[in-house]
Parts: sequence; structure tokens; C-alpha cells
Amino acid sequence: MPRLDHLRELEAESIHIIREVVAEFERPVMLYSIGKDSSVLLRLAQKAFHPGPIPFPLLHVDTTYKFREMIEFRNWYAAEIGAHLIVHTNDEAIADGTQPFLVGTQRCCGLLKTKSLLDALEAGGFDAAFGGARRDEERSRAKERIFSLRDAKGQWDPKNQRPELWNLLNGRIRPGESIRVFPLSNWTEIDVWQYIHVEKIPVVPLYFAKEREVVVRGNALIMLEQPFVPLLPGERPQMVKCRMRSLGCSPCTGAVRSEADTVPKIIEELVAARHSERQLRVIDHDQDGSMELKKREGYF
Amino acid sequence: MSGLLRVCTAGSVDDGKSTLIGRLLHDSRSVYEDQIKSVEVASKNRTAGRIDFSLFTDGLKAEREQGITIDVAYRYFATARRKFILADTPGHEQYTRNMATGASTADLAILLVDARHGVRVQSKRHARIAQLLGITNFVLAINKMDLVGFDRGVFDTICDDFDELLHGARLHAIPLSALHGDNVITLSERTPWFEGPSLLEYLETVEVDRDVTAKPFRFPVQLVLRPTHNFRGYAGQIVSGTIRRGDTVTVLPSGRTTRVARISAWDGDLEVAYAPMSITLVLEHELDVSRGDVVASGEVEVGQRFEAEIVWMDERPLDPARVYMLKHTTRTVSAEVDHGLVLNQIGTATVTTARPLIFDRYTDNRGTGSFILIDPATNFTAGAGMIVNPVHQRVAASARPSAAERLARLARAAATEAEATEAVRRALEEILN
Repeated sequence: MPRLDHLRELEAESIHIIREVVAEFERPVMLYSIGKDSSVLLRLAQKAFHPGPIPFPLLHVDTTYKFREMIEFRNWYAAEIGAHLIVHTNDEAIADGTQPFLVGTQRCCGLLKTKSLLDALEAGGFDAAFGGARRDEERSRAKERIFSLRDAKGQWDPKNQRPELWNLLNGRIRPGESIRVFPLSNWTEIDVWQYIHVEKIPVVPLYFAKEREVVVRGNALIMLEQPFVPLLPGERPQMVKCRMRSLGCSPCTGAVRSEADTVPKIIEELVAARHSERQLRVIDHDQDGSMELKKREGYF
Repeated sequence: MSGLLRVCTAGSVDDGKSTLIGRLLHDSRSVYEDQIKSVEVASKNRTAGRIDFSLFTDGLKAEREQGITIDVAYRYFATARRKFILADTPGHEQYTRNMATGASTADLAILLVDARHGVRVQSKRHARIAQLLGITNFVLAINKMDLVGFDRGVFDTICDDFDELLHGARLHAIPLSALHGDNVITLSERTPWFEGPSLLEYLETVEVDRDVTAKPFRFPVQLVLRPTHNFRGYAGQIVSGTIRRGDTVTVLPSGRTTRVARISAWDGDLEVAYAPMSITLVLEHELDVSRGDVVASGEVEVGQRFEAEIVWMDERPLDPARVYMLKHTTRTVSAEVDHGLVLNQIGTATVTTARPLIFDRYTDNRGTGSFILIDPATNFTAGAGMIVNPVHQRVAASARPSAAERLARLARAAATEAEATEAVRRALEEILN
């Protein structure tokens, strides 16, 4: 008898999850972060409703500090696949001069990501929000359910989660409550890249190695393409062949030295990698249990 | 061999489950250097040695503070031979529901036992839950062998106890020290009497029977897709079996039969599809099919009453006087249960549903034999159920088309409209007489 390989098994499971949400919720939305996981999520959504269109909008929470190439890619790709894209920014906080070097990363994330996200979800009246988070990324994410309940304030109570058995997802909520949905829960970073490879899914060019102007800060390479990344005393820009392993805001996301300029080379590099994907995400390390705290408050 | 093995761990608190998993991840090089560093820092205030491996899996602050695992954590690792999804489930009795959660999707369970204590109440309980949830492959990991001097007698006694407990299951016992790594990845020199294989080697090579593609076709409809007026497809995931274009199928509970016109997928139409693929079926006839209906072949149970084993997971006891929501495949109905149960209790009860379910026995088919009970007041997932037996009539799905279907066939077979009218009139008279 035939048997699905592990990528196709993960794909089938994720499509099942996406369809359950559309069947059981009134106003779903898909968080689109422009990264590789989002790209995979989008392809799965296309497959789930083929030959019809994706029956929900995409939401990008734009902190205005994203890499230029990310925004270009976002605009091109949303148009390319005919998706309905909503872009939301916390304009008030931006007008107040919120940026990581002035207010600190915790407050910056709180205002530009978490608050902005919660405002956008409320404004749209969305009762289910898909996210591309995976359980292998970070230890508090390893505890997250596929259907993860949020209270009326968008907050997560990790100690009181609903049991999730088989593939029977409980989508019942009270008015004001919502769920976050993680169809990629069981995927790993390598699964994502293998899928991008076999499906030929387009991704932001920042993932591929090339010579870029950076400064070396600690063990991270910070790209200088944007005017709001200030040089610290003694820092000198230099050209380094590098790539991004995880995409976030440009001041807070470091590049890694790499020669991987194709998807197969990235996979090869990951197999040999000795550092985790989110190591250079400053916001994961700004306090003990920082991801869990951000998640409790409503971050993805 | 399947490329993906789903494993759950079970055992009493302090048997060292999280340590074992941390060791597996660490020694199979599945954790990264920065994750090891952050664990080394956190280990300084604790007593478990240089690296406290349980800190890899205890992801919540409360867990690290209390030094216990509260919630099921999923871990992923791969070797050159296989990819693993590992559900690390808590040993504390109040979190037994998480054990059931981890076991529900697992192909194999690792039962962890402290060599100094042997079989304890909690081990028995976890073994029972794992078996109840359909697991037939077990690894008996007898841990902390270093604390009993790697004594073969201790190992053999515990093996015998479990052989009795897990009668009928496939059991592979391994003497371990998760803390020191004995027999986790490679065979230990300290257990020359143990032939192997080591834990990792066993997990990489064990054949598990989950070939659902050979079972009868079951396809619960998730969604009706109607993007254009000339496409009407039924989207869903194949629970079991194989389907080919042109196959005759029955839609339940209506009992109408038709044929598969197309198997639609993103990459183009398929000639054949099998479990667990997510596909879209186009049927030959325009039938009234909606979410919760099942497209099937072969015999299947259709009924509103059945006997089930139920694991209760809510602090509010199961109350026979109340009505619960029951979710089974893609169908949610209201249901009553004739027996009360309290948190962590497992019992057999008769369930009556407001609308018919299309089901199989859990032992025959996990996907169509399982359900959850939801408390409508709190929306909590309060119970998990496994169908044991129908309490009603058996319906042969493909053999007995409904009256309406028979009439429609007569009408279609007629050459003219007048003949069709006459044939249907006569058939109706027969039915009514």
C-alpha cells in the first residue's frame, strides 16, 4: 500500500486544520509576516480551497521597521496570488517616536506588534487568526495548542488550556473570545525549507546569502540598509556574505554568515547548524521566559 | 517504514521523563548550542548536574519554578533514518488528561519506570490509558539503573510485571540511565547482559502498524466548495482507505450511492487518493451533502446510541442530567451520557446523540471511532471517548439504498417522462402498501 512521506503527511494535517477553521468560525484572518513560514501557510491555504480563492484576508502588522525587501515582496506576492491584504500599523505609537533604541525592545514590541495586532483583530471583528508559529521554534511555543484560546483581551492562559485529542479541534468560543490557530505546529524549520523546495514557493531574497553591508554587534550581523539603525561608537560597516535565518524588524534581527544562496544549500546548512533559528532575535532574550510573557499578553 | 513516527512518553512524576527526552534531543544533536547555553545558565540554581536536561522541555515559567512538567510539550527531532514527533506528557495525576492527549495521536508509547520503585499505581494508570487510546507498541524504559547497580534481576522482575500488565501489546524493555546516557543512543558497557537495541535505534527501526490505507474508505466532509456554478466539491481529509476516480461510494447518513467523478487537488486531478490525504471529491450526482456527512464504502455504523469508554478531563464531573456537545469527525451534535465520571476517571457508558453519527469501533478505526465531549457552559473539552459498540441497528451502507434513491433510479432508468411517472407511482404504491 502507498504511504505518504512525512512532508505530505504534515501538509494534509495542516490543510485539515485550515478547513476546520473556515467551517467553524465566522471571520477568520491569516497573519502574514512575510517570512518563510507565512509563505508556506499561504500555499497550504491556496491548496485547501482550490479551485476557489482563499476565503479570508491576510493581515500584516507593519511596525514600519521591517526590511525594505520584505515590504516589496509582500506587495508583489499578495497581488500575484490575488489575496486580500490588510496592513495595520500603530500610527499613534510611531508618531510618538517609538523605536527600539529609544524605548527598549520590550516596550517597542508591546506597542508596535502586540497592541497593534490586538487593535487590528478587534477592528476587523476577527474571531480566528492563523499564525505560522511552530512548536520547535521556542520552548513556550512547544506547549501551544493548535486551536489556542484567547480571552476578550487577546491574552493566553497557558496553565488552563483545553486538551486537544486526535484531530478533533474544539472551536467553541464565547462572544469576545477568539482563537489563534497554528497549522504549522508540527513542522520544523527543515520541513519548511524542504516544502519550499519541492513546492517551489517564492520567499524574500533576504533568506539567500549575498554580500551585504553590516556591522558586527556581539555575535549578530546587523544590516545597515535602513537609516534608523544607528552606529554605536567604534563600529565600522563592512561587507559580509550573509543571510537572514528568521525575518523580523531590521534593528532587532541579525544576519548569519552564510554561503547558502539556494534553497538546497540552505537545507544543507541547517542540517549542519549548531545554533537555533531564533538565536539572533533580540526580543527572545530580553528577559527570562520572554516569549511566554509576550504570548500571554497577546503576541503570536 | 514510515518517515514519521509519533511517540508519547508516560510514567510517574520524578521517573525522569523530561530528562530522558532532553538526553535524546541533546545526544542526537537535536538541540542547538545556544539552547544548551541557556539551559546551563538556568541549571545553576538546581541540583540535577551540569546540564539539567528537563529544562529543554519544561517550557513554561511555572514548570521551571516548580521543577515539574504541567503541560504536554511537543518535541521534534530527526535522524538520518526517521523523523520523530514526541509528546512529552506530565506524570502528575491531576494532569492525566494530558497523557491521554499525547497518546491519542501516538504510534508508540515509551513507559518510563524508576528501577528502584518498579510498577506503581501511576505507571499502571498510564499504561491503561495508552492501551485504551489504541497504542499497541510500547517501549518499557527502566530508568535510573545506575541507582540499582545495573542489576539484571531488578530489570527482569519489572519486565515480568509489565508483561502481565500489557498483555497482548508489543513490548521492548531497555535498561537505562537517562542522566548518564546508558543505552539511550548507544549500548552501555555497564549492561553487558542487555542485547539491545538502544532506545534510539529501536525508535528508528520499529515497524508500527498504522496502515489505514487498507481499511474501508471513510471521508468525513469538512466543507462544501462552490467557487463557481459548475464546480461543487466536498473538501475533507481521508480518514482511512483508498479511493479511485470512478469508484462507487455511499453518502451517509442519507445512504445514497453515487460515483467519484473527480478527485480534485492543487496540482491537478488525481486518479487515486489515500489516507491521510486532504483532497476535494466531486461526485457524479448532485446530492444534498453537507459538513458532517461521510462519503464511505463498505459497512459502517449509522446510529444515535453507542457504548463508549470515556476519559473525563474536567474538574466539573460528568453529569448524566446534562446535555453536552459531542464532536465526532466533522460533525458536532448534542449528546447525553448515562453514567457520571469525575476528573481523571475512566469508565464505560452509553452515549445517546440527538442526530445520527456515522462511526466505526475505535479498535477498528481511530478516526471514526473517537469523539470529544464539550461542556456547553464553559466550552472546555471535558471528555474523550472511544466507541466500543453500537447499541442499535446495523446498516449496510452500500447494500441498502434509501427509498428516495430507489425512486430516483427508477425514474432515471425510464425512457420517457410518462414511463418515469408510471414507474415511480407504482413503486410508491408498493412502499405504502
